[in-house]
Amino acid sequence: MSEKKPSLWLRIYSILVYGFIYAPILILIIFSFNTQKLNVHWEGFTFHWYGVLFNDAQIILATRNTLLIALVSTLVATIIGTMAALAMYRYRFPLYNASETVMYIPIVIPEVVMGISLLVFFVMINFNLGLSTITLSHIAFSIPFVALVVRARLHGYDKSIDEAAMDLGANEITTFRRVTLPTIMPGVLAGAMLALTLSLDDYVITYFTAGPGSTTLPLRVFSMVKTAVTPEINALSTIWVLIIFILLLIGQIVQRKKA
Amino acid sequence: MISEQISEKPKSKYSITRLLRENSKAQGLFLISPTNIYLFILVVLPLILVTILSFLSRGTYGQVEFKFNLSNYTRLFDPLYAKILGYSLLVGFGTTVICILIGYPLAYFIARAPARQRSLLLFLILLPFWTNFIIRIYAWMIILRSGGLLDSLLQWLHFTQAPLNLLYSPTAVMIGMVYEFLPFMILPLYTSLEKIENSLLEAAADLGAPPWKAFLRVTLPLSVPGMVAGTILTFIPAMGMFVVPDILGGAKTILIGNVIRNQFLTARDWPFGAAASMVLMLMTMVLTLYYTRKAGFGEELLV
Amino acid sequence: MKSEYAVEFHDVVKIFPTPEGSQVNAVDHVSIQINHGEFFSLLGPSGCGKTTSLRLMAGFEWPTSGEVDINGEKMGRKPPYQRPVNTVFQNYALFQHMTVFDNVAFGLEMEKVPKDEISRRVNEALEMVKLPGMGRRKPKQLSGGQQQRIALARALVKRPEVLLLDEPLGALDLKLRKEMQLELKALQEQVGITFIYVTHDQEEALTMSNRIAVMSRGKTLQIGSSVEIYERPNCKFVADFIGETNFLSGTVKTIDKDRVVVALTSPEQEINGIGIGNLKIGQRVSVSIRPEKVHLLDDDGSEVVNQGIPENQLKGKVIVTAYIGSDTRIVLELGPGVRMKVWEQNAISTLDPEAYYSVGDAVRIFVPYDNTLVLPEDIV
Repeated sequence: MSEKKPSLWLRIYSILVYGFIYAPILILIIFSFNTQKLNVHWEGFTFHWYGVLFNDAQIILATRNTLLIALVSTLVATIIGTMAALAMYRYRFPLYNASETVMYIPIVIPEVVMGISLLVFFVMINFNLGLSTITLSHIAFSIPFVALVVRARLHGYDKSIDEAAMDLGANEITTFRRVTLPTIMPGVLAGAMLALTLSLDDYVITYFTAGPGSTTLPLRVFSMVKTAVTPEINALSTIWVLIIFILLLIGQIVQRKKA
Repeated sequence: MISEQISEKPKSKYSITRLLRENSKAQGLFLISPTNIYLFILVVLPLILVTILSFLSRGTYGQVEFKFNLSNYTRLFDPLYAKILGYSLLVGFGTTVICILIGYPLAYFIARAPARQRSLLLFLILLPFWTNFIIRIYAWMIILRSGGLLDSLLQWLHFTQAPLNLLYSPTAVMIGMVYEFLPFMILPLYTSLEKIENSLLEAAADLGAPPWKAFLRVTLPLSVPGMVAGTILTFIPAMGMFVVPDILGGAKTILIGNVIRNQFLTARDWPFGAAASMVLMLMTMVLTLYYTRKAGFGEELLV
Repeated sequence: MKSEYAVEFHDVVKIFPTPEGSQVNAVDHVSIQINHGEFFSLLGPSGCGKTTSLRLMAGFEWPTSGEVDINGEKMGRKPPYQRPVNTVFQNYALFQHMTVFDNVAFGLEMEKVPKDEISRRVNEALEMVKLPGMGRRKPKQLSGGQQQRIALARALVKRPEVLLLDEPLGALDLKLRKEMQLELKALQEQVGITFIYVTHDQEEALTMSNRIAVMSRGKTLQIGSSVEIYERPNCKFVADFIGETNFLSGTVKTIDKDRVVVALTSPEQEINGIGIGNLKIGQRVSVSIRPEKVHLLDDDGSEVVNQGIPENQLKGKVIVTAYIGSDTRIVLELGPGVRMKVWEQNAISTLDPEAYYSVGDAVRIFVPYDNTLVLPEDIV
């Protein structure tokens, strides 16, 4: 599109929309420092709620669970998803179309439906609901997204470098390890990032597959929101935002360094 | 000599490795089988189970009885549930339309911005969405609650006299939904707007079209693929949402997602919940097929 | 334990499925013997099977039937990393995520050569391609010509029996390409290994090769030295593909050993030439006359006779002249719709316009009988 200067109205409008998007977050952050409990008036500045947060055993447990699940599911989903992307991009094999369709199911299906189907499945095979079922479920919905991202990045992959490696004496495994993988690594990492985000953030599917004993951060936040609303949640939110921000910043710095 | 080194290498004994090396179909199958196996067990099989479940009955104590039964589906035609289904469609539709209305100008703005600024502007839209989405809904909860921030602001500005009671109303749900899905609409719209070549608009001007006409007859039609992609990413998930109605909607606003959730967790009528899920899935698939047929599955989705 | 040939194809066939569902013989019953130390080119238009043949040697494809031997050893279904050949790819295929040094060292690493020897040999290779000291750069920092040389170094450092080159100069601009042609030729003579070179550029093939295989539609039409291919093409396709030529159609009138008399269709007259292949009386043929072999004389009526056989004479009118500097290119009209290109060297330096032919001049041309080839009409 052309880069003519947009009209004043458009610019005002855009600022308003950005404001609409950011206002809730900023309010959360500001009120996390509020002494008053009800998030209505500003009373005074305090770190009190952060203290409550760091002493909250349930939150700590939930955080630990969330990170564990995210790490495991990201690792497994990235490996399996990358393999799938390579398969779909490079090869023609029987069941190609069926495999593609099955891969798209978790993406187009409503999360509720996927959640309850997993619940039904685990109950019917008598598999106890807990951290393992959550992890298995996260892997299930992450694999297609990883495959999609990696496949998009595989576009335009130059097969001749693989041939060159084999020509120079590397067998298939060595070729993959020394040439193919390093070349597709940016795409694989993008897929892994997506899987990580999906897992950390997931509420609906986790909700159905968690069972009574286990809790993750999103689940905990949800129950806190429904039961006792305190600025502790604001504090949690602020820290969450801060961590994300720092991670993204690191990501940007790493990217700059590479270039 | 190299030929001597090579003749030393032992020939592969196992036929499987040889098969994998020589046959590209075998290689492909090998790479895709973890996915296929995993997804078959954890996605296809569960869905089949749910389908079967939807035709069974609920026993007196909430257990599942193997009695074939169509009543779960007929129950969905009850005015109560039909209303909820219709309402879900409406909410999905409304969210999509509002997102298009709000998001289009912004997507247009970003597409017209200087190239260096574009990725920053997009990044700024995405940034809040890296936080947990429950947190974001919670933020709206405290803004919209009776006597909360929005009320205080409006009263201070003398726009209103009394609290608006926005929380726990359909309006609150819509606000939450739109907030959630806005980026999913803005990004595909941006992608297809950005692709529109400047020369097309210049040609339109050259042929005598004033800017608003050029927009209507050139820009708008060319941005339709983006709108379609955005719709798929908005309408369909919005229909199945239950978190936003749960937090912001209270008891008054129930979508089909809430119904399903209730059947499985509180009401313990699994067959009925399964039937409702099937109907939701059917609606989803029909819409997905309709839209992808219409626009061809676009790369807008892969932004 | 050297075998007779560096590379040998025994009746090799390679079939590919087409997207429409049928099959195509990319390589159609090809048998070739390539000698040690030769610079051998596979030449032909795109789709002729030359690249597929090269890939069959490298091991990226396996024959549907027939045998590929390298240095006397049957390759069978051996993968590329088990073959004593190395390839220089058309788009260089350098590993972008590695430095130049690591690229060149890669093949030696695979052979488990000790580190200090790797270092020595890599630097040697870089010197050989005239890029010393580039080791620490990344491929994308190099120009096209430099990348090409690194690809060459990477393959040569392994000291393969045979080096396969797949149109390596295709992406370079004209001047650089011509320089590299001579450099590659010199390199090959210096290193002494067999080079097998794929190209569609016949001038390139003629410049660099000891022998050329001209291919079309999966078949080898003719294998011979540059001189043999140029002066004695064995069919119309080869005559047409290599260099420039004129074709006149006609039918065979008499045959006397290799001397054939042809009755031309237009202009209506007879012409003598060397017959190629088994010709029969009455057969439709194309007479090939190369533009530089034609002698031009003004039309003054005298005859030119050589050893008792009248030289082929034709009359025509000049319709186009183009002064190239080193020669003049003239197009003559011999009859309605029948044209002939003639190239005459400007051996004498003069500014006198009378010395140059102009449009409308009537001329006689003479072609020695042994510069006239009679070829069967069908194009392979």
